[in-house]
Amino acid sequence: MPIRSLKGGVTALLAVLIFIAGVWAQSSGLIDEFLFYLPDVQYLVVGHLQLTAISGGLAIAVAVPLGILLSRPGMARWAESLMQVLNVGTTIPTLAVLALSMSFLGIGIVPAVFGLFVATLLPIARNTYVGLKGVSPALMEAAAGIGMSPAQRLFRVELPNALYVIFAGIRTALAINVGTVPLAFLIGAGGLGELIFTGIDLYDTVMMLSGAIPTALLAIVVDALIASIAFLVVPRGVNPARA
Amino acid sequence: MIQLDNLTKVFETPKEAVVAADHISMNVPDGEICILLGPSGCGKTTTLKMINRIIQPTSGKVFINDEDTSGMNTQDLRRNIGYVIQQIGLFPNMTIEENITIVPKLLGWDKNRYKKRAREMMDMIAMDAEAFLKRYPSELSGGQQQRIGVARALAADPPVMLMDEPFGAIDPINRAVIQDEFLKMQQELKKTIMFVSHDIDEAIKMGDRVAVFREGKLVQYSTPDDLLAAPKNAFIESFLGEDRALKRLNLVKVSEVVSADIGSVRPDDTLETALSRIDDFGYQNSILMVNDRHQPAGVITRAVARTTKGYCRDHFQSAPPVVRLDDDLRKVASLMFANDTTWLPCVDDEGRVSGQITQRAMTHHLGSRFRSRPDNSASIRPDSNAAKE
Repeated sequence: MPIRSLKGGVTALLAVLIFIAGVWAQSSGLIDEFLFYLPDVQYLVVGHLQLTAISGGLAIAVAVPLGILLSRPGMARWAESLMQVLNVGTTIPTLAVLALSMSFLGIGIVPAVFGLFVATLLPIARNTYVGLKGVSPALMEAAAGIGMSPAQRLFRVELPNALYVIFAGIRTALAINVGTVPLAFLIGAGGLGELIFTGIDLYDTVMMLSGAIPTALLAIVVDALIASIAFLVVPRGVNPARA
Repeated sequence: MIQLDNLTKVFETPKEAVVAADHISMNVPDGEICILLGPSGCGKTTTLKMINRIIQPTSGKVFINDEDTSGMNTQDLRRNIGYVIQQIGLFPNMTIEENITIVPKLLGWDKNRYKKRAREMMDMIAMDAEAFLKRYPSELSGGQQQRIGVARALAADPPVMLMDEPFGAIDPINRAVIQDEFLKMQQELKKTIMFVSHDIDEAIKMGDRVAVFREGKLVQYSTPDDLLAAPKNAFIESFLGEDRALKRLNLVKVSEVVSADIGSVRPDDTLETALSRIDDFGYQNSILMVNDRHQPAGVITRAVARTTKGYCRDHFQSAPPVVRLDDDLRKVASLMFANDTTWLPCVDDEGRVSGQITQRAMTHHLGSRFRSRPDNSASIRPDSNAAKE
């Protein structure tokens, strides 16, 4: 009871503070300044999401089959060393990847998509591989023992049981992706980076925040979106969120 | 029928070649449970898993119902063999119903048929279909999960089953219950079963035949009774344990030992008659008194019959516990010990006395078939004497 009333008090205090902040923002004209950039934000968010969707979609389409391939028994000899190569790949800063891809592919959307694709690929492939390898050997023996073919084992047993881990990889990767898209502006691909970097150059805080805040919100929305897809797609028996 | 012909598995390790199963040849007749028994690493599991090719045999053949399985497609072969493993291996992403119906689905049954089959299976393992079919394995206890594991293996009605320590991970109380349930099912289903175990008591309880393995070799293959009565060598003798004669009590039914010859008196006989009958039948202490329907009513002791005059109906003591013809000797021995007596009356289904079982008859029955190995008995004596000196 004391804890609940404490919680209520904190909530009420928070609401009052937000209200005061709103009143202050209105009276100082800050809201009008932000609204000035609204058309820009609307335009740039679309480009931002396009970059994420194309690079993220490509990354999922390549990384999941790659992870499946590496987890096959025939690949066991190569898989660990290949995963190490991919791990080294994740440690290269995304900005460096973008710079490298620009030097090969020039300026514009194509090198940006490629750079983002590379950065997104690795967490998904890694999680797909680890998730599939993590399926209990007893399950695999049972599946083989009742006469499932290798393909049936993959689609009816391995993938459903690894799906939660695979989705965790996709969530991480796309959150990184959305947060990295602003850098793509530096190689001429647009996105909310345009407001952020121009704002920094002009020492215009409001302009910078008009790019930064929507970027942060987009990251949260994309993460929530993937989480809810996972909630629906991962079978109930192996879904910790629905247990 | 399962027939193994010189089945051999050699594992190549970097250091040396390890022979996990060495020319195993044996037959399991239709409808019998064969227990593969032995310490860990003896080759029993390897032998089992070569039958459904979870492990590829190095050489040798497996015949199922006289058909050489080496020519069969691996998946077809496995779909026609029920397979139960110790870790249970239910698919956690599927409901209980999906788990049970997976093999029928693989075999292409239509939906109505496999749905109906799932309900039949739940009835067979005595679980409530309504309550469980839509649930997931993680919501069930270990014992319930393994019942489902057995149901999954039986769903497509395969003639042959392989079970790899199926009840090994279940607590002892539940294990005994599941073993009993399984034996009851087997009485109707009459599957041909290979069953790996490392537990001698489980082997005696479940097996029609027991195959004892050691270091990749099949050492002895016989009925549990023969195994306990005549172990082939010192290894098997020590594996069976020093109380192997007691373990045989489980295997012998009262009907095999009962003697129909039992003296009794009626309530309206005199104690004098009782005493003379005790002497005539050569009883030591007492004689049974039966009522008009020939049911046990009490006992007259020799001491009372000798010192007292009168009728039996006035001087009897309460009736001893009775045993039925299909009880095993373990129960009989337990009752004898508990009641400090050397004989018990046996009754038929209506409770009428049909004979008696004596301690003497039990020890005679067990002893007549109990042989210690001749070389063994000769060599042990001097050693034990030497140790004493």
